[in-house]
Amino acid sequence: MLTRRVIPCLDVDAGRVVKGVSFVDIRDAGDPAELAAFYNAEGADELVFLDITASSDARDTMIDVVEKVSSEVFIPLTVGGGIRSVDDMRRMLEAGADKVAVNSAAVASPKLIEDCAREFGSQCVVLAMDVKRVEHPVISEIEGYGSVPAEALWQIYTHGGRRPTALDAVKWARLATENGAGELLVTSMDADGQKTGYDNELLSVISGSVTVPVIASGGAGALGHFYDALVVGRSDAVLAASVFHFGELRVAEVKSYLAERGIPVREV
Amino acid sequence: MPENTRKPRIVIVNTRAANVHSVEKALRKVGADPLVTGDPADLASADAAVLPGVGASDSVMRALNTMDLAEPVKEFAASGKPLLCVCVGLQVLFDGSEEGELPGLGLVKGNVRLIPTGMKDEQGTSMKVPHMGWNNVVFTGNESQRHPVFAGIPQGSHFYFVHSYRCVPDKESDVAATTKYGVNICAAVARGNVVGTQFHPEKSGDVGLKIYENFLELASASLNETNE
Repeated sequence: MLTRRVIPCLDVDAGRVVKGVSFVDIRDAGDPAELAAFYNAEGADELVFLDITASSDARDTMIDVVEKVSSEVFIPLTVGGGIRSVDDMRRMLEAGADKVAVNSAAVASPKLIEDCAREFGSQCVVLAMDVKRVEHPVISEIEGYGSVPAEALWQIYTHGGRRPTALDAVKWARLATENGAGELLVTSMDADGQKTGYDNELLSVISGSVTVPVIASGGAGALGHFYDALVVGRSDAVLAASVFHFGELRVAEVKSYLAERGIPVREV
Repeated sequence: MPENTRKPRIVIVNTRAANVHSVEKALRKVGADPLVTGDPADLASADAAVLPGVGASDSVMRALNTMDLAEPVKEFAASGKPLLCVCVGLQVLFDGSEEGELPGLGLVKGNVRLIPTGMKDEQGTSMKVPHMGWNNVVFTGNESQRHPVFAGIPQGSHFYFVHSYRCVPDKESDVAATTKYGVNICAAVARGNVVGTQFHPEKSGDVGLKIYENFLELASASLNETNE
């Protein structure tokens, strides 16, 4: 039986692992390769590395990180952050990434998803979505995007959650998968950093709208949250960063909790 | 048996697929010194070869055709030397695929078909295609009948899969392992020196590395045979 995946996420700034709480207040801790090996030994099913390096000249550092990690750890690696072109994606894949996540650049030019999928196959292309519940009164006009559709419950943000767009999250998920995205990494900005659980309503709606796997992200704080994201949120995989990163929960602990409750997981 | 001074030459056929480098890293990890190449002459002189592939079967076949590698791969398979095919590398061994228009290599009789969409699991949740993630693999027959490349791997071990199409060999005896995703899926094919896995051993942690370790042993044995 296909197992549900538990995925630690590592935010990398200039070659070092960090983690933000609600996208601000970032603390530093750890070497990417060492952490990757640690998580692998713990039973992580996959790893996600997000490059949050702001300056483009430090971008090559991420290639070194991917190169090093993929020579030591033999589980799937997804890399995201600052991917703007087919060539950016190729560099990451050649360095040893298995999947590459696109976010802001895909919103700016949805054709990027199609181009990358045609070049490398859909299985390499992950759409990362930063999603926020539409606030009322709705921002009627967003520069360069038009207005948020009246029926939208969630809207897409870009640039690390700093920039709102008029995109309806559910429609964007559908469009992106039709264009070739092979997996969705759905981060709830409302839940992220709160440790009160994933946004299961959002996850369930998106999961029901697409035929590709959905990775839940944002809000994990307790063991039950992972279970809920898989069962209530109907996600295929659960991702967390800080709870793992600061040792509040262990990957192995999450997996045995899920297994005890009848969720198929890979035992290590 | 003569003592070898060199490591076996393992060629990774450069199908320009995204997993070529992962296969290379996994082989290095277990102590091999592989060469990634698209040169038919390198393949001809190799002791063992890996045919990797991801994405569309046509893109792999097109890469093989444009580099004039289709015939050399067939000749290599016929030479009796170990050939390991991974994911779409396995799928192109078949006669053809529903996914593409180009004929396959025809080394294994049968076809490659889309995994049925719209299936429901036990909880009534729709099953996604691609089949992506870790699934348990059951080897056919008992341990002694198993192909040596799968030696020492516990029955039911989890391996990492990413695919939308499944191999359907004409002959049941070509199926070396299966996994279950709504339907039975052929997880591995073994036919003498030619072995293929639908899953990615290079992404399947320790059990996956064990396959490359076994493959390196087969490559060493193949080198010794050539020397004798």
